[in-house]
Formats: sequence, C-alpha cells, structure tokens
Amino acid sequence: MTEREPDGRVRELATGVTAESPPGAAVEAFDERPEGLEEEMLTLNFGPHHPATHGVLRLLVKLEGEVVKDVKPYIGYVHTGIEKNCEDKSYWKVIPLVERMDYLSYYFNALTFCMSVERLLDEEVPARAQYLRVIHCELNRIHSHLVWLGTSALDLGAISMLWYCFRERDKVLDLFEASSGQRMHTRYIQVGGVIEDIPPDWGRKVLEFTEDMVARLGQYEAILDRNEIFLQRTKGVGIVPPERLLELGVTGPLLRAAGNPWDLRKADPYSSYDHFDFKIPIGTVGDCYDRYRVRIAEIRESCAIVRQAVEGLPEGPYITTNRKVALPPRHELATSMEALIHHFKLVTEGFRVPPGEAYVPIESPRGELGCFVVSDGSAKPVRVHMRDPSFVNLQSLREMCLDGYIADMIVNLAMLDPILGGIDR
Amino acid sequence: MPDPTGLELIANELRERRPDSIAGTLHHRGIATLVVDPGHVLGVLTWLRDDPLQRYGFLASLHACDYLPHEPRFGVHYELLNMDRVERIHVKALLGDPGASELPAIDSCVELFPTADFQEREAFDMFGIEFRGHPDLRRILMPEEYEGWPQRRDFPLGGEPVLFTHNEHQMPRWYE
Amino acid sequence: MEIKREKVGGSGEATGDFRIRQLRARDLLRGDLDGPDLERHVEERVLATTLERALNWARSNALFPATFGLACCAIEQISLVTSRYDVARFGAEVFRASPRQADMLILSGRVSIKMAPVVRRIYDQMLEPKWVIAMGACSSSTGVFNNYALVAADKFMPVDVHVPGCPPRPEALIHGILKLQHKIQGHPDLGWRSRYHAEGTEELPHPNVVLAPPAAGEPS
Repeated sequence: MTEREPDGRVRELATGVTAESPPGAAVEAFDERPEGLEEEMLTLNFGPHHPATHGVLRLLVKLEGEVVKDVKPYIGYVHTGIEKNCEDKSYWKVIPLVERMDYLSYYFNALTFCMSVERLLDEEVPARAQYLRVIHCELNRIHSHLVWLGTSALDLGAISMLWYCFRERDKVLDLFEASSGQRMHTRYIQVGGVIEDIPPDWGRKVLEFTEDMVARLGQYEAILDRNEIFLQRTKGVGIVPPERLLELGVTGPLLRAAGNPWDLRKADPYSSYDHFDFKIPIGTVGDCYDRYRVRIAEIRESCAIVRQAVEGLPEGPYITTNRKVALPPRHELATSMEALIHHFKLVTEGFRVPPGEAYVPIESPRGELGCFVVSDGSAKPVRVHMRDPSFVNLQSLREMCLDGYIADMIVNLAMLDPILGGIDR
Repeated sequence: MPDPTGLELIANELRERRPDSIAGTLHHRGIATLVVDPGHVLGVLTWLRDDPLQRYGFLASLHACDYLPHEPRFGVHYELLNMDRVERIHVKALLGDPGASELPAIDSCVELFPTADFQEREAFDMFGIEFRGHPDLRRILMPEEYEGWPQRRDFPLGGEPVLFTHNEHQMPRWYE
Repeated sequence: MEIKREKVGGSGEATGDFRIRQLRARDLLRGDLDGPDLERHVEERVLATTLERALNWARSNALFPATFGLACCAIEQISLVTSRYDVARFGAEVFRASPRQADMLILSGRVSIKMAPVVRRIYDQMLEPKWVIAMGACSSSTGVFNNYALVAADKFMPVDVHVPGCPPRPEALIHGILKLQHKIQGHPDLGWRSRYHAEGTEELPHPNVVLAPPAAGEPS
C-alpha cells in the first residue's frame, strides 16, 4: 500500500512497504514487522451519514487491523422531541405524533398509545375493532420485515432483494391506503377502536395478498438460503448468549433467535391475540442467520394470523359506543342534539382522562414496545414516553461486534434492525 | 401483575427488611405500583430481582417524569418484569426539586440491570436527573453542549410561531 | 443478398423517409444541396441553442442524488428507485454514497439541531452545481414537530424545491424532481443563492495543507 503525494514524496502506509521495495516484500512485512513499527488502535468514525447505518446512526469503532475492539453508538441525530410535543396536544391528536416515532411500525405505536389511554379510561374495545387492529398490525409487521429484508440484503450486496421486497411492500401499502387513505402514518387506530370500518371487498384483497406473500417468501428463501456469500457472512456471526441479551434488555426477534421464545402476543395476549393459532419461531444458535430465519418465519406466521382474523372477523361496531370518547356517527349529527354536543366537545377540547399512570407493552416487529402515559385529569397528557425496542436493543451491538471483523459489524447492524426514528424519538 | 394483596405482601416484606424504604403502594387499573424512597431504590430493586419468590429479573423500561405543580417534582419509573409468571411491577421513586443550581440525584442501577445504561442517560438528558454511579453519564440525544433540560415541564416547547395572514404583521416583510 | 433500391420519394413508408433523409444528408455533405432545398434541410434538421442551455438540459436529465436518508421520508425515498416508481425514467436513479459524486441532496426527514451541522457539511462537500430538495413537511418547515429539537432546512442551507406531504408519496417526490429539472433547464440560478451566501462554500482540501507523517509518540 503506497501512495505518492503530489510533491513526489512516497508515503508509507501501515504495512511499512515503500514503492521502492522489491516485489514480495509486502508478504514479508505482514509476517515480520520492521523495527520501530508497532500495532496501534485505529479509531474509525462511522456515520452519521453512511448508507449502511439504516439512518443517521454514528458509531465510533476502535479497530486493531480489521478486528473490532470497541463500538460506541452515538445517537440523537434525528431526535425530534415528540414526547414533548405530545404534552401539548389533546389525547387523540397525540396519535399521529407517536406514529412518527418508529416509522416502520406506525400501527404498533398508535396501538400501544391507544391501549395505554384505554387502560386509564377503563374503556372496552369491541371485538371487531380488536380483530381489525390485529389484521393491520400483522400486515404492518410484514411490511416492516420486508423493508428490513430488502435493506439488509442490500447491505450484504444482494441488491435484487430490495426490488422484490419493495414490490411486496407496495402491495401492503395499497391495502393500508384502501382502508385508511394513507400509505404511511395512517392514524387508523383510534382510542376505543379504529377510525373507520374496512371498505367492502377489502378482506378478499387481504386474503389474496397473504396467499401471494407466502409464495413469494419461498422465492426469497430460494435466492438467499443457498447463496454462499450470504451464508458465509451471516452464519456464526454476532452470537450473544440469551442470558446476556436479557440483561441488556433485548427483546423481539433478536431474543427469539437466541432460543428464548418470549413473545408478548403469546405470553401476555392483548387485543384478542389468544383467539388465533400461530407459532413463535425461535432459533437455536443465535447468530445473524438465525435472526434472518426467525424474521422470515414470522412473516409466515403473520400471514396465518391475518388469514384467521379476516375469516373470523366478527360483526359489530368498529369503535366503542361511548360518546365521551369516540365521535358519533355522521348521520346522527343531523338528527340528535346530543350527538352534536358530543361531537363539538370532542373536536374542540378532546376527552378528559382520569388521573393515573399506565405502562402497556405490546410486541412490535423489533421487540417490546411500551407506552407510558401519565394523566392529570385534563384533556392533555402530562407525559407520553415510548419504550422503544430499537433504543434498548442497540446496546447489544457492542457485544455482538467485539472481536469480530468490521465487515461483520455491518451484518450485525443490519440484522439488529435499528430504526433511528424510534431510537431518537 | 400482582393483585392488590400480593402487592401489599411485597410492600410489607420490604418494610420489614428495610424500614422507611416503601413510601406507599398503589393498585390502579390493574397496574401494581410500589412507591419507594429514593435512598433505598437500589436495595428494593436488588431484592425484587434476587429474592427467590419475586425474581423480577427483567427491567423492561426506565423512564422519568416531571410532575411540575406537585411536590416531590420528579419521578423515576422502573418497569420490572418476571418472565416466568408474566408479572409486571411498577416501581416509582419520587425526587424533590433541589433548586435551579443543583440536580436531583438518585442511585444508578446499571450494575443491577445493564439495560439501564442508555435509558438513564436519556433521563439525565431530558430531565437533568443525576444517576449516581453511572459509568458514563453524558447527554445522549441532545448535542453535548446543549444547555437546559428540554422535557421538563417548565422548559418551553420551542419552535417558531407559524405565520398566518392574521399575525404576519408581527414579523413585517418576512417573505424577503 | 438482394439489394432493394427504391426511388427517392417513392413510397411513404418509414424506411422510405429514412432513405430520403440519408440521401439528402449525403448531398449536403457533398455540397450538392443549395437554394430552397438547403434552407428546408436546415430548418428541419438543425437546432440552434446556446451551449449553456444544452449543458443544463444534459444536467437536468442526469441528476445524481446522494444516498442520504433521515427519517420516515427516507423509506419513501428508497421506494423511489424500486420497480413500481422507477425514477430511472427521469434519469435520477444513480444514488451516490459519496457527496462528492452527487449533485442532488434529498432531505428526507426531520433535521434536528444535532444533525444540521452534518447536513450542512454534506451540502458543502458536494461540488457545484448542486441542488437540494426538501422532502416532506419536517425538513421544509419542521411540520407538526415545531419544537426545541428541530430546525427547518431553509435556516441553514438553500433549498430549491419543497415537496409537501408527511411523508410525500413517491409520486410527489417524482413531481418535485420534475419541477427541479424544469428549473435547471429554465432558470438554474434565481439569484437567491447569493442572497443566502451559499456560493463558494464547497469544502475542498486546502492547497497549503502539507501532509506530513505523524511524529513518533504523537497520539493519532
């Protein structure tokens, strides 16, 4: 490795070989270092603008040769202060704000916030609304895993996966658009239920999509599972024992890949998840390949849940009939004075929530997503805090990367699936 | 979640082991809350983690809150989880406001739960709560040279007023 | 092989037209074309423009965006290059990882006060001519998050096109790119770059910097 400066000097680089050295000297230089040259740590700044960081994550990496000796994440580059903004809005105006935290799992953010507020209000959610929430959340999980798969495979050089995954992702977004009018940040889930019933024929489209998706998954696996480069870069990389992962607070597919079947959908079923028959995929080794396998299997299970939920969708109201919380139907406004008053109160002031504190966790695509809401009895929350899984899981990156090659750090980061909007909030 | 009786049993046992450690209990909407004295928070968390009958070994979340008009003003919340029984307990320590020149302080639980590292740094960053014994207590989300504790209730929301036609005279010739 | 010869102007088919043009061009090069024939040929065949306009036309149809994502909009920015939206139709599909090779920066997401110096530096590292699209409400005006942590992109760098939406659909971003192309072809500089003091800010290696090997014992 030599470089010639513009003034003609020859600059020596790490191997200690100059341009004048005879051929073959480079090999010797690796074996025996010349006197006076000693090993030193190289501190490498990685990010915040780097295509492989999945956002604006900055890592300070200490390298000895190519071996990672220390990784320090520096975060906060998309810190948005959403929690502060939430304190300035009435409860139902908070929903669109929290959706923008973890921007790949917006239904989950809205769901955990609404569940916390419902816990404080002691509000029952109708069965149809619970099923609709499950359908949308599982579609959202598929969407999130597809974006993860596309961008992660892109980091490993498999660029065609990006096109395939985003093709399927657009189909999910079409379904979201049909049911709520928006592609991302749909604000579909509402305190007490969902904002609107699904359009006619939507269920058939969803069923078609799930069938299609399962077939596509086989194609993805055919591309990746026998790809020697992909296998060599993921197998045996980034193993952390499950006990250590628990100490670090890691949940979600990372923990399940290490063999711990902890999933809040099974362990602590919310929103009628106990009505569905599905499995929790777990890994055995806990390396990056297992993380990939677990997520692919989760897409399959999500398809199964969606299918069961669409087929067993109960009839009934899609939002609570409590007029203090949910808007009255449009047609009532023309005939009922009471409905008009409720509508006016809700739109101008919002609903009041009795004082209290609630922390309600759910299983997001990345792990335990919890929302902590403090109410003082007024129409605005005192505090809204999200326990974001990406934020907590990021602490395990150091343990995964230690004493591995720097190329493996990219794989670890990709398989960690951090969403910087959720980390920084 | 422990039921109200179970919560009282936990509180009584803690009161016996460490007098003055429990300031109160609260069971609201199915959430069991243990209000602890900030001086004893490490002892209580250690006992909840290691006692063979409790085994709340997973710290799901650590967050802070500012209850400004009320005193004590700051709260540090620990969401503990027993993964075998799927029980959660919410431990809360309330800290008074020591005045503008000092920061409220509480013991760090990074030794007990390594996951608290980032979350304590976030609580420090946003609320200015000092965690004694934290290995690396720096700002995490805001720039290092930032002044003020942005998510305290008395910190202004910030931002710029949005100009409409009714208030554009406040900033004449803004369009230039 | 049989060679088929056709009379000039014989058939009205496309092959015939091409043959006519070919023969006329041959006549022009030989100098055989004159009078009204020559004038008609020039009218039909020659496009006169300035070099600047031709350059801008070429630039506008070969935009190299920087691979740079901030938040939610970055996901929609990625889907811009995927099969359904395929921004390659408009010549802006080559995302460059290095700002040195890029000439368009898409601010896809919210810019925090911690990120703003970094964004500005990336902008300064890009070489002239360069353009900026502020994608979404957050980078244009901080949007719904009008608070202590965010800053609008206009405050620290010049922005050519603002795309509204939260997040904008990929089609909206394509519309923004088309607007930018229109602007590059028509009025590449509206004079406000100088008003913003945004000229000559490129970060280049200083000519006087001497690269010396580090002295022994000096911390690296």
